[in-house]
Amino acid sequence: MQRRELLRLGASLPVLTLASRLYAAPTSPARFLLVFLRGGYDCANFLVPYSSSFYYEARPRIAIARPDASAPSGALALDADWALAPAVRDALGPLYEQRQLAFVPFAGTDDLSRSHFETQDSIELGEPSQGQHDFGSGFMGRLVRVLGSSGPIAFTDALPLTFKGAADIPNVSLKGVGKLAFDNRQASLLTDMYAEHHLEAAVADGLELRQEVALAMADEMRAANRGAINTKGFALEAERMGKLMREQYRLGFVDVGGWDTHVNEGGAKGALANNLDNLSRGLVSFSQALGEQWRNTVVVVVSEFGRTFRENGNNGTDHGHGSVYWVLGGAVSGGRIAGEQLPIQRATLFQDRDYPVLNDYRAVLGGLFRSMWGLSAGPLERVFPQVKPLDLKLV
Amino acid sequence: MTTPGVKPALNRRLLPMAALVAGAAIAVAGCAGAPARGEFAASRADVLWLNRISYGVNSQTLTDYERRGRAGFLDSQLSGRDAPLPPEIASQVNLLDVVHADAAQLLAATNAEYKRINQLPDGPEKEQARKTLNDRGNAFAYEAARRDVLRAIYSPAQLQEQLVWFWLNHFNVAQSKGGIRWLIGDYEERAIRPHVLGRFRDLLMATLTHPAMLQYLDNAQNAVNHVNENYARELMELHTLGVAAGYTQGDVQNLARILTGVGINAGGPPPKLQPARQSLYRRDGAFEFNPARHDFAAKVLLGHVIRGQGFAEVEEAVDILVHDPACAQFIAHKLAVYFVADDPPPALVARMAATFSRTDGDIAAVLRVMFAAPEFSASLGGKFKDPMHFVVSAMRLAYDSRPILNTHPLIGWLNALAEPLYGHQTPDGYALTEAGWASSGQMSRRFEIARAIAAPNAGLFEPEDGSIATGAGFPQLSSPVYFAALEPMLSERTKNALAAATSQQEWNTLLLSSPEFNYR
Repeated sequence: MQRRELLRLGASLPVLTLASRLYAAPTSPARFLLVFLRGGYDCANFLVPYSSSFYYEARPRIAIARPDASAPSGALALDADWALAPAVRDALGPLYEQRQLAFVPFAGTDDLSRSHFETQDSIELGEPSQGQHDFGSGFMGRLVRVLGSSGPIAFTDALPLTFKGAADIPNVSLKGVGKLAFDNRQASLLTDMYAEHHLEAAVADGLELRQEVALAMADEMRAANRGAINTKGFALEAERMGKLMREQYRLGFVDVGGWDTHVNEGGAKGALANNLDNLSRGLVSFSQALGEQWRNTVVVVVSEFGRTFRENGNNGTDHGHGSVYWVLGGAVSGGRIAGEQLPIQRATLFQDRDYPVLNDYRAVLGGLFRSMWGLSAGPLERVFPQVKPLDLKLV
Repeated sequence: MTTPGVKPALNRRLLPMAALVAGAAIAVAGCAGAPARGEFAASRADVLWLNRISYGVNSQTLTDYERRGRAGFLDSQLSGRDAPLPPEIASQVNLLDVVHADAAQLLAATNAEYKRINQLPDGPEKEQARKTLNDRGNAFAYEAARRDVLRAIYSPAQLQEQLVWFWLNHFNVAQSKGGIRWLIGDYEERAIRPHVLGRFRDLLMATLTHPAMLQYLDNAQNAVNHVNENYARELMELHTLGVAAGYTQGDVQNLARILTGVGINAGGPPPKLQPARQSLYRRDGAFEFNPARHDFAAKVLLGHVIRGQGFAEVEEAVDILVHDPACAQFIAHKLAVYFVADDPPPALVARMAATFSRTDGDIAAVLRVMFAAPEFSASLGGKFKDPMHFVVSAMRLAYDSRPILNTHPLIGWLNALAEPLYGHQTPDGYALTEAGWASSGQMSRRFEIARAIAAPNAGLFEPEDGSIATGAGFPQLSSPVYFAALEPMLSERTKNALAAATSQQEWNTLLLSSPEFNYR
């Protein structure tokens, strides 16, 4: 059931909040999901720079073997330089083949703290690194304001910083959802207690969204009875996200943790490979749940930084700098490695340690948003102040 | 009708559920047999103050406060001494294996068992063996959580219990990583708890030398020529200075080199060392400083030259960190965020930081300045409860001093609210501000948990050993404490909602969901 229909059910429902009115009918069919890999994922063991002999020197114990035509379950060559890790070839290989998936290596921020928390925050805020910081809003929050009725939603326990600055963003964790929580009379009593309180909208939105999700889950239960569902973990969560974004929600955010692989990261198999496998399968479930709307959808996967190009003393990697972003969607101009690149050798490492950043995240996302919503310079400047958008022709 | 000082029989005021019909529920709070107002003398201002010093008042807090007065009550809370638990709770705690285990022996035994399992041929038997061992470890960590929440609910030393949570969160480790599930109880009990109102440096050193921290932030693997920066970075960023203090990547690398050799030896033989290095070897329980793994070259940390001398370098580095003005500011600010306001007044933080510096990091002295400040009084009632405060204060209101028998429901509620004990994966710990806990999704989830706590069959009185329950337990929210502490604060809107409740459980749910209950 659509949120609007739910709202029409009658006077017994909670107050019609500002959020409900605003988000009732997004005008653009475009959908955007930002997937934030918290912890700094090791992109060099995901998109493998297999033509670089230095890669194999720098990672004697954890490097992923070069693609080999006689090893169909090994790394998947994408071009003469880059290959996909074996763990993701089944899920992501077909998307790349269908040109629905592109990668932007050497992507990231010029924040050099190498602190997870500071760099995550600065990316979510999306402000220029030089000059005044206001910290009052995140770039997704500013995008909501610029787009007007855009159907924002965060699939997280807490509201992420990136939505700061926009009023009444609903959020819901889809990890464990039970039966319908409160009936309409109870929801009204709860909302009444918070009338004129600064949490009024959060309370009303939360109760409403919870009812919608419960209805979507009831759908899932029926499907499960026919044996349609065999997903678990992030894949199940992502499928639920896809169902909600197929309807009125169009600006989504989700974060996935567990990428801080200082120790025993593994290579073709192991901890990182398992995480990448889980994530990739989830994104495939998400795309399938969107159905026809997949062609209107763009997903961007980012992380706060890359990791040291050399493995450390513990079969892991430490905090680095440049990362590899993923861009996928039904109408994405994919099947390629986009953005500025460098050959990977010792001399091209940043501070003799990490991937450099050649494609600034604000420029990459700014260019994407400009194409997706036809944003002119003024609105784009409001989303990413002082940005010089990079047109990678991804959409 | 209840005599002051006499604990009311708790079941007496329970409305028979069958007697409840729609429309009659307004009688819940004011039914015949309800306690008279004024059983406690605490004023509204007193209650607001006590709701910050404690996890939320119960009758024991109010009685203790009346007996000691505000100054005496605060002195006792700041003393840092364990207060005796109610006998039924003390005996429950004392039955737990985690109370009696020796962490070093346990770690040695489990490491040996993991090693044995790793050598088994791959297959279902190996998987089963690993799962069995992990399940035992999780059960052990559960015991630690059980002890923690029982103390949080029932200990008269309420400030100390909040500080155990605060410092555990500051020096966060996650039970799910490696063998930490076996160590977390010891970490809380021996590294954190003795120092929560003591000197910050002692607290820091206790975490630095505990195998749980050394495993969590990978310093157990940090060795000369195999440097791992993880702990060194967080030690400055999250534990002492804060990210904006001006240290560099070079400082991180040098602190990591200073920390080489600080690790774990669980029951193994001591390393073979050159004679000149033998006197530098240190071992205490499972903590080990192994000079053979240490980088003895000189380092520069924050502009100070540190000569190669073994573990003394770590002591020197910690001295530099804890005496840095950034550390005083960072710790004072964090305490004020937890106890005063999400954005605490800078002048108050400055006074607290000055006290931190002047007293060589005396935590109780810093807190005393904070509690005495007019900014503290002005802030009362304005802090949104994080899930731990929400659940513990609800338990203290609903069950007062009545001992529960089963803590699994509580642990489940904290999980559902996304703030499980020992469950934060990353070293930054849980959010301390409203923005971290009051989003739309979190509010609706909180109301669902309020309903679970409000239910008469929450499972809190089913013995964990599977024996037959001898008594049922019902939440008693319309109690003398309610009339003293909460009822005078309720808005008209909240009273109207309560009056419209159609069952006692619904009335309870609404009360626990109300704005007045959700702020401290």
